[in-house]
Amino acid sequence: MLVHFSKEGFDKALNDGKLMMVDFWADWCGPCKMLGPVIDDLANQYEGKAIVGKVNVDEEQELAIRYGVMSIPTVIFFKDGKEIERKVGVMPGGAFTQVLDSNL
Amino acid sequence: MTYDIIVLGSGPAGLAAAVAARGRDKSVLVIGNRWQDSPLAKAERVDNYLGLPGRTGAEMLEAFYQHAAEMGVEFVVGKAISLMAWNGFMVTVGSQVYEGKALILAPGVVRQAKYPGEEEYLGRGVSYCATCDGMLYRGKQVIVVGRSSDAPHEANYLQRLGAHVTYVSPQPPQGLDEGIPFVKAGKLAVKGEQAVTGLEADGVLIPCDGVFVLRQTVAPTDLLPTLETEAGYIKVDRRMATNVEGVFAAGDCTGTPLQVSKAVGEGHVAALSACEYLDQKPEQ
Repeated sequence: MLVHFSKEGFDKALNDGKLMMVDFWADWCGPCKMLGPVIDDLANQYEGKAIVGKVNVDEEQELAIRYGVMSIPTVIFFKDGKEIERKVGVMPGGAFTQVLDSNL
Repeated sequence: MTYDIIVLGSGPAGLAAAVAARGRDKSVLVIGNRWQDSPLAKAERVDNYLGLPGRTGAEMLEAFYQHAAEMGVEFVVGKAISLMAWNGFMVTVGSQVYEGKALILAPGVVRQAKYPGEEEYLGRGVSYCATCDGMLYRGKQVIVVGRSSDAPHEANYLQRLGAHVTYVSPQPPQGLDEGIPFVKAGKLAVKGEQAVTGLEADGVLIPCDGVFVLRQTVAPTDLLPTLETEAGYIKVDRRMATNVEGVFAAGDCTGTPLQVSKAVGEGHVAALSACEYLDQKPEQ
């Protein structure tokens, strides 16, 4: 299930230390809209294995600033509460599954 | 709506492809710059186009464009900034997303190499899309590297959003807001640490938080990283098919000679191949 993170929800999930994939996006951004269905799909595909979520940078500016997100879409992967990898821009689903699979 | 075919590029190859696809009754969307911005528009005289010598490049392009428009081709003026293969193809122009079932690449040749530091700082201060990322730079210092005719317009947009813009390009821009300083420079390098800290322009460092590099076209290999190339040109077979399913290419982007007649011929073949691909594809 896809999680729409608030700052509080994000920090709680981060503290749990599980593998997380978070898409930083905004609704004014065309490429973000394009990536949307891929993220939705991965959320279903990795149900129970990884947490897949989205952060709206317009609503959660603090998170965007904390992680230095300066271009959207940016997808950041976390494990044990730390960033392990990030992908900037639109990419095929395989680019994301590769990171997820090697960190399961 | 989902188009049968999306054509990227509005030069001779793209327009020939669009006309041929309309001839097979496919819906076609051409995404590209204004035909006036095509390199061909600057040609004073083209003498080697069969049966029609002595025309200017602009005359040819205008006639090609009219032909396509009369055939019912739809146009979007703008630059494809990202592309995704997902149940067909999705293409982003600014904040709009267009969908198609097959894709023809006819963007011409990208004559500009990347600047030092550009790739390294992509997403850490380097951006290609003012519409997408402008909001993240409100109140910050940004440099627009203007290498396209719509770059001054994008710079104005960023300034109005609240970014502090400096415009850098080799030529003085047309249509830039008066409040935006212009720096004439051609040799550029992006500098930074964790993120961008400045742009070196002809040896002078201009401090900034972001650099928007705005070129005439985004290279097809940046749009579609799995696309195979050879010596800088898109690899195609006799049907003008690339290695990516449903993606065809035509014109200067597939190699020399960079001539109108070759581009038109390839555009025609690419379109017929794309039509054949669509006709054989099972309906979803």
